[in-house]
Amino acid sequence: MGNKTIGLELGVKGFLLLITAILVAIGLSTTILLIMGASPLDAFGLILSGSLGSSSKLAYVMTAWVPVLLCSAGLLVTFSAGLWNIGIEGQVVMGAVFATGMMQVLQESLPPAAVLTLAACAGLLGGASWGMLAGGLRLYGNVNEIFGGLGLNFIAGSLTVYLVLGPWKRPGIGSTSGTQPFPPSLWLPAFEGFQVSPIELLLGISVIVLASIALRGTHLGLQLKAIGKNPRSAFLMGIPIGRQMLLAFGLCGALAGLAGWVLVVGTSARHNLFPLISSGYGFLAILVVLLANLSALWSVPIAFFFTAISMGSLQLALQRQLDSSMGGVIQGMLLLSVLITKGLQSRFLQWGQR
Amino acid sequence: MKVELKNIHKHFGPIPANKDITLTVESGTLHGLLGENGAGKSTLMKVLSGFISPDRGEILFDGLPVRFTSPAQAVAMGVGMLHQDPLDFPALSVLDNFLLGSPGRLWLNRHPRGKELSELAGQFGFKLEPDSLVSSLSVGERQQLEILRLLWLGVRVLILDEPTTAISAQQKTKLFSALEKLALQGKTIIFVSHKLEEVKSLCNKVTVMAHGKATGEETIPCSTERLVQMMFGKPIAVSKSSKGPLGPPLLELDHITVSDWHLEVKDFTLRVRAGEVVGLAGLEGSGQHLVLKVCAGLLRPSAGQVRMASVNMTGKPYHRYLESGIAYMPAGRLEEGLIGGMTWTEHAALVERSPSFWVNWTTAEQVAVQRIETYRIKKQPSTFVEELSGGNQQRTLLALLPFQPKLLLMEHPMRGLDMESTEYIWKLLLSRTQQGAAIVFTSSELDELIERSDRIVVFFSGRVKVLDSWRTGMEELGESIGGKGFG
Repeated sequence: MGNKTIGLELGVKGFLLLITAILVAIGLSTTILLIMGASPLDAFGLILSGSLGSSSKLAYVMTAWVPVLLCSAGLLVTFSAGLWNIGIEGQVVMGAVFATGMMQVLQESLPPAAVLTLAACAGLLGGASWGMLAGGLRLYGNVNEIFGGLGLNFIAGSLTVYLVLGPWKRPGIGSTSGTQPFPPSLWLPAFEGFQVSPIELLLGISVIVLASIALRGTHLGLQLKAIGKNPRSAFLMGIPIGRQMLLAFGLCGALAGLAGWVLVVGTSARHNLFPLISSGYGFLAILVVLLANLSALWSVPIAFFFTAISMGSLQLALQRQLDSSMGGVIQGMLLLSVLITKGLQSRFLQWGQR
Repeated sequence: MKVELKNIHKHFGPIPANKDITLTVESGTLHGLLGENGAGKSTLMKVLSGFISPDRGEILFDGLPVRFTSPAQAVAMGVGMLHQDPLDFPALSVLDNFLLGSPGRLWLNRHPRGKELSELAGQFGFKLEPDSLVSSLSVGERQQLEILRLLWLGVRVLILDEPTTAISAQQKTKLFSALEKLALQGKTIIFVSHKLEEVKSLCNKVTVMAHGKATGEETIPCSTERLVQMMFGKPIAVSKSSKGPLGPPLLELDHITVSDWHLEVKDFTLRVRAGEVVGLAGLEGSGQHLVLKVCAGLLRPSAGQVRMASVNMTGKPYHRYLESGIAYMPAGRLEEGLIGGMTWTEHAALVERSPSFWVNWTTAEQVAVQRIETYRIKKQPSTFVEELSGGNQQRTLLALLPFQPKLLLMEHPMRGLDMESTEYIWKLLLSRTQQGAAIVFTSSELDELIERSDRIVVFFSGRVKVLDSWRTGMEELGESIGGKGFG
């Protein structure tokens, strides 16, 4: 991973690069829209109005932004250690499963605030253990974390289906639409007239800030960076690379699990557990962190931007019968064009600089 | 075919691997290319066999200039190279390997080719089953297969790069008689090796290389002394200062056996006492690296015991060795020692003993400033280590060593440093031995070994000889490194 190209340090050059990449991405997306027989201007307009066009839509984007921020914060940790935590989706799911389970057990007996807090802890624990499992497979089973994570994602997904249709099915009917929703007392409180909970917003922002501070300021952060850049040297220096890698997986999983909790109790949540509850937020966060070039600062706006595209493109399906996956296409194009411009830059500017 | 290399230059980045090398090999001869590892032999041979192209210089075959850009083209012109590590496909059969790289026709004609392979093998007394898997063969047999493949492709010049490092004595005899036969048939053989005795027994002529240059040529037979001198330079008189008495045993290797894929050091015993400096000598890859790794806890001996200050450390993990007061400095600067993409200050923070939760960047920077000054690195703490020159990276490795280790293990500690820095840094290191630290280091510099160590352990193909550096001259050491006195 280069560490300078889109960071703030490179200022003008990085900014120009980003602009070029965005133009390339828009160009490519336009081409695809034209092929599909849609008007690009109309489509981009719909995405914009669908995400930022009204206060309720903006609120919706902001609530979806939080889990992406939480996952991004976690991924900053694993990516800095050079680990590809593809299993983040499953960690989100396990966070949601643990949180749901905790709430189902406690909802009758404890005050809502206590139930929500304990559920958050359960979410942290669920995600962390699923993350450590991927890490353990890598360290002790010699299973690359990409394959291990992918496998664990499937298992977590299947587990939700089993729970929703089996032990946790709604009274009477068992359907894949999910478990019995929790009562509004177990929803995170939102602003009056603006459906965003200050708790989740604060959580999302503060977690990514904390992650950034910890990565720069602690010995763990420094050691993870060393492991990511050169595990052999790090080991010979005496850094316990196995333990720290496992810890990185645990931390990332914990934050992903917290995102899972938000997806159960958050303002725009369905307030129950259902299959595919992770909704690709983890994968989206991978794109965000890669695009931000591992910068926590840049991850925040990029996460917002990507969430807005995802939410806005839902309108394409509702109003123009276009597939809503167009949003994913645009996001993918953006990442690819940034990577390509970056690659081309380093390839063609190299001899210019020497 | 007569081969001439004229004024070959090759740089890798700023590092010169071949400096103005001119070499003539007559047709039908066995020509040795002798030199230490890193002398530039392999580079030169890769130039000749089309693996890399030279920056400058000319190649002539039978007096005619040639030019090729790939090994395949070189083979087509009659030059084939047998690499140090077999470049074959272990998962495929002997016959499939044999056919790989043969000029492309759509269909393989396995049956007749299998017969040809067996016939060719028979000529040299090689026994290769066309249908067996290459992964089931020994390294020696894989070599035989590769030689046959190159011959079948019509090479007239055969280059062998350190062919004897991984094969049995029996296979070596077979290989040598095959090579002699090929030379009689008019083939030109270039035999690359760092083993004096082998070159002397096999070749008609030898060219010696050192530090990227050709330092001389001799017709065999010639004196070993002469060859050693060309390999290591003229012996310089060494002055040694006396030193205080040694302390109790610190590190004890007790009848250890250790091996990697082509080498075994058997039943080796060494006691390093507090305050003592032990030099490990030998041509690169003769076993000294294995022993040093055992001392550091990075390699587990298959037999024997390792004790540190009378505590049994055998099989304990590396971090336990570090905790017991061992410090290890590897040879690969950016590969094993430093972390590219991180600054000097970050390195200073990384090697901090018993780190707290938060990094104290102020302290780390102070430490960095101080050590940079002590080791005369002439750079800022904010410098990324990959931006340092090789010499400064070496100084950085040394500067990052803990202040008061009990035992310092170092691979080529002064590689790339000038005389003055070497002298200065050795003084820093040796001052630690006065406080009871011991040093074990590997080196390929004869004068350094004699001058700095109390005892020298010489390794040759996994065998070991201990010399008292106070009573050993450069010539004796050089000859021992070359294999003299190992039976």
